[in-house]
Amino acid sequence: MRQDHLISATQLSRPDIEAVLDRAAEIDADPSALQGRHDGAILGLCFFEPSTRTRMSFDTAMKRLGGRTIDMGSVESSSVKKGETLADTMRVLEGYADALVLRHPSEGSAKMATEFVDVPLVNAGDGAGQHPTQTLLDLYTMRQNAGLDDVTVGIMGDLKYGRTVHSLAAALTNFDTRQHFISPESLRLPRGVRYDLHESGAQVREHTALEEVLSELDILYVTRIQRERFPDENEYLKVAGEYQISAEDLEAAKDSLTVMHPLPRVDEIAPDVDQTEHATYFEQAHNGVPVRMALLDMLLSTEGDR
Amino acid sequence: MSDTDRELRVSKIRNGTVIDHLAAGQALNVLALLGIDGSGGESVSVGMNVPSDKLAKKDIVKVEDRELSQSEVDVLAVIAPEATINIVREYDVVEKKRIDRPESVDGVLSCPNRNCITNDDEPIRTRFAVLDDALRCDYCGEIVREEEVATHLDVA
Repeated sequence: MRQDHLISATQLSRPDIEAVLDRAAEIDADPSALQGRHDGAILGLCFFEPSTRTRMSFDTAMKRLGGRTIDMGSVESSSVKKGETLADTMRVLEGYADALVLRHPSEGSAKMATEFVDVPLVNAGDGAGQHPTQTLLDLYTMRQNAGLDDVTVGIMGDLKYGRTVHSLAAALTNFDTRQHFISPESLRLPRGVRYDLHESGAQVREHTALEEVLSELDILYVTRIQRERFPDENEYLKVAGEYQISAEDLEAAKDSLTVMHPLPRVDEIAPDVDQTEHATYFEQAHNGVPVRMALLDMLLSTEGDR
Repeated sequence: MSDTDRELRVSKIRNGTVIDHLAAGQALNVLALLGIDGSGGESVSVGMNVPSDKLAKKDIVKVEDRELSQSEVDVLAVIAPEATINIVREYDVVEKKRIDRPESVDGVLSCPNRNCITNDDEPIRTRFAVLDDALRCDYCGEIVREEEVATHLDVA
């Protein structure tokens, strides 16, 4: 990877992605291979929004590389509460760490932060924008389970505000995939994502019902429809109910269908799906560590080491 | 009556810039886009719905004692690609500027995405990349169609 920052999946080429995934596979095969490789290096975890998986897997990944992490803690306990700008916070924190991971509720926050720091910065989610490291682990999971070329992928749920969806859809255009987007009318892909897909030559096939495409899919990527996206509770319950899957629903799918979810799930995937061969979401979450180790190793290595 | 006579009615300027052949209704948007609100003390004449051979009805703006730079002129490409810009010195047109589509529009538009970092209280200016028929926020990726641009002019 030539860039020092990872802000959007749109900046990733196929060789960039494959380099990270190959490195992650090496780490997976021999977890001790990179032990101590980044002894003494410090990663700053700057989470302005709650996170469990992303924060903890970055923490674990850095420690497995021999480095350490510093965590700004919750927004309530930091100087952000006193009204400090994100720009100032990041300028200060870059002096404390060799690389920074940022999650922030505003779209474009990570892009802006790169204008104020010189150390490598990784976007761990900017509002409804992008979440490129989730995408790398999604692609790693897809490659292991179904492959990344000549596959049909269905992406379902909140496509409008889902940052994992925006990143994944962009990254998949590097591969020979057919993408189907399944969502309620009100949560279709936003204009900007649509534009990028169009520019990359991808066809956007949209559906309001999973049944229309389920039997064709090799991968089904489910995302959570959030209650706060709907003006009233009844509307939410009605819409969300139509985008939930159970083991029975999946009887119409290919036996080899891989079902993924960035987690946390609420009720969009029924617990009985967990017992089927389709369920891949917990494996997907575990892949966060080797993939983030691979990425951090590449960002922290100097030119000569690459 | 010739077009020149009609322009004379709007008043001829000695030194400054004449922005002519604007689509009717765009004069105030052009002033907003250029950040001209009279606070700089310059004399500004605005003609709206002036009869025109070329456009049927057009708007025209004359700004005295201010010569627009090429980068200021290029910003107009977004809402007034057909406009002509003449620089006037001692009542004579000394330069006709061509509008080139700029690569980006900086600081004059606010991002319509309320959740964009540029709408937080951060020390940055907005920046939009210019696409074929739209602008795109460099920060959040929001796309603004050209017909929507006027409603997002960031004029304080």
